[in-house]
Amino acid sequence: MLLNKDKWPEFVGRLAGKKLLAPQSGGDAVRFAPVSDGEVPMLDFKNTRVPPKQALFPQTETMYRFQLGTEEIELPQLDEETIWLGVRPCDARAMAIVEKLFRWDIDDPYYLKRRELTTLVGLACNEPGLNCFCPSVGGGPASTEGLDLLMIDLDDRYLLEAITPKGEALLDVTGDLLDEVKADAVKEKEKVVSAAEKKIKRTVDTEGVSAGLPGLWEDPLWRRVSAACLGCGTCTYLCPTCHCFDIQDETEGFEARRCRMWDSCMFEEYTVHTSGHNPRPTRRERTRNRINHKYSYYVDKFAVTACVGCGRCVNLCPVNIDIIEILRQVKEAL
Amino acid sequence: MSSANPLMPQMATIIDITVETPDIKTLRVVGKDGLPFDFMPGQCAMLSVPPVGEAIFSITSSPTCRECLEFSIKDVGSVSGALHALAPGQQIGIRGPYGNGFPVEEIKGKNLLFIGGGIGLAPLRSLIGYGFANREEYGHIDIVYGARSPADMIRKSEVKETWGGQSDTSVYLTVDAEFPDWNGHVGFVPSYVTELAFTPEKRVAITCGPPIMIKFVLQALEKLQFSPEQVITTLEMKMKCGVGKCGRCNLGSVYVCKDGPVFSLAQLNALPAEY
Repeated sequence: MLLNKDKWPEFVGRLAGKKLLAPQSGGDAVRFAPVSDGEVPMLDFKNTRVPPKQALFPQTETMYRFQLGTEEIELPQLDEETIWLGVRPCDARAMAIVEKLFRWDIDDPYYLKRRELTTLVGLACNEPGLNCFCPSVGGGPASTEGLDLLMIDLDDRYLLEAITPKGEALLDVTGDLLDEVKADAVKEKEKVVSAAEKKIKRTVDTEGVSAGLPGLWEDPLWRRVSAACLGCGTCTYLCPTCHCFDIQDETEGFEARRCRMWDSCMFEEYTVHTSGHNPRPTRRERTRNRINHKYSYYVDKFAVTACVGCGRCVNLCPVNIDIIEILRQVKEAL
Repeated sequence: MSSANPLMPQMATIIDITVETPDIKTLRVVGKDGLPFDFMPGQCAMLSVPPVGEAIFSITSSPTCRECLEFSIKDVGSVSGALHALAPGQQIGIRGPYGNGFPVEEIKGKNLLFIGGGIGLAPLRSLIGYGFANREEYGHIDIVYGARSPADMIRKSEVKETWGGQSDTSVYLTVDAEFPDWNGHVGFVPSYVTELAFTPEKRVAITCGPPIMIKFVLQALEKLQFSPEQVITTLEMKMKCGVGKCGRCNLGSVYVCKDGPVFSLAQLNALPAEY
């Protein structure tokens, strides 16, 4: 369906009743933030600094609450329906990829409940970022995987494509604002998407990488590519596919909760045993694990690369470690 | 969210505590209605002491013991320390069982050689008890157990008297150095295994202990011509969820909490040596 941009405020108004989040500028970055009643988010951004993975996997999630000294356990109320507006296709694809793990073997109740309550409205990328490389890892600027609805910016109007019943439901409640798609819009979409694809300059050649990585276990490249690493964990915290977590108990007076929070394989504490023994004792082993996990282990297990080419780890690494360059060196060493 | 939440512990009660060594206690634990869950030897459980936290421990009792679960726990960290501070009658959280357990079916009809060091006897004891409860299913049982000192041996009387008194069973004890009250063998476990010269015919070796002991035991068994398929070990790893989600216990693409902690040496040889 087509939505004229002059009807955008009305379209957003129709979504009221559910919690709405959208990218908003604040300080030095664009972040997803709640949209208050009457506010109209302008979708003028490249991408958010923190990926919307927090929609399904909050940085800290209460698993349950309890009172010290009693047996009573209270589960969190997860019942608020939420719409995330302006999710980039790479970030939605990451959520679909991570969902494979949270559904593997046993279902993760928190992740899947949140997915059930969340509607992801995507916005195709017309202006990809400097370090975007989604087409190299199976995505694209208008990829629909993981989304409920995709919006494509056609200058004065949005083309809306429902991907799931949840996306169709949004088109139903806004139906009177929308126009039928005509051939000119389809053509325009093709033009816009192909122009966006051409703007993506960085590429990764992953052919043979998943099968070849285990053979590079002792290769000197791991020392080289990890030499500058500070172990800050930015690459993993801001990665839309990174999903590792820690579990901790917290107390305040007699009130307590067990929660899980983002963790990072780049931290020494992540794998260190109580005895002090650490199977991944230095940043060389931790970097090696990070790359292997994304480009080999996850491929073995779920037949998909756990990297969507969003470029955040490249953009935001304080010492300019570049995963594209690491993969180039991997290819060279194969 | 339903009560089928796999990350939610159930309440359990400590019914008895045995002080094994200066830093190891064995806790006997029951759920609301008997055993909290069924399990197989070699599997693990997450124990919670709220609000200190949760950690994973191997179940040391045999599944043939229907009265309670037993955990032999060394006081080394925050959760194990909190467990050591508890008294009978107090409650903990428990969830599990986790992991694959020992291949009890595949090793049927074989002679079993158990090689344990220190607290590493804990996971082996579950299978040893299972072997004795199903005595006709297994061949000769050899148990080599070593500790730093006589005072650091766990389940001492059970090892010597109960196990030593079983039919077709031999128990070999050793300590790392001479002690005034010790008349038995002195020396490290791996060299004792070499000295005892076990033959690989119809035998499976199952070992657990400190990483350095396991490393040299594997070398000793290789010299004794054991094939990698005949050697089984159980790994220790830091774990948080126990259900293959939290990420940290991976060896390559396998998770130790799901696909382990029990591996044959042949399986380990095919995985990254990151343990």
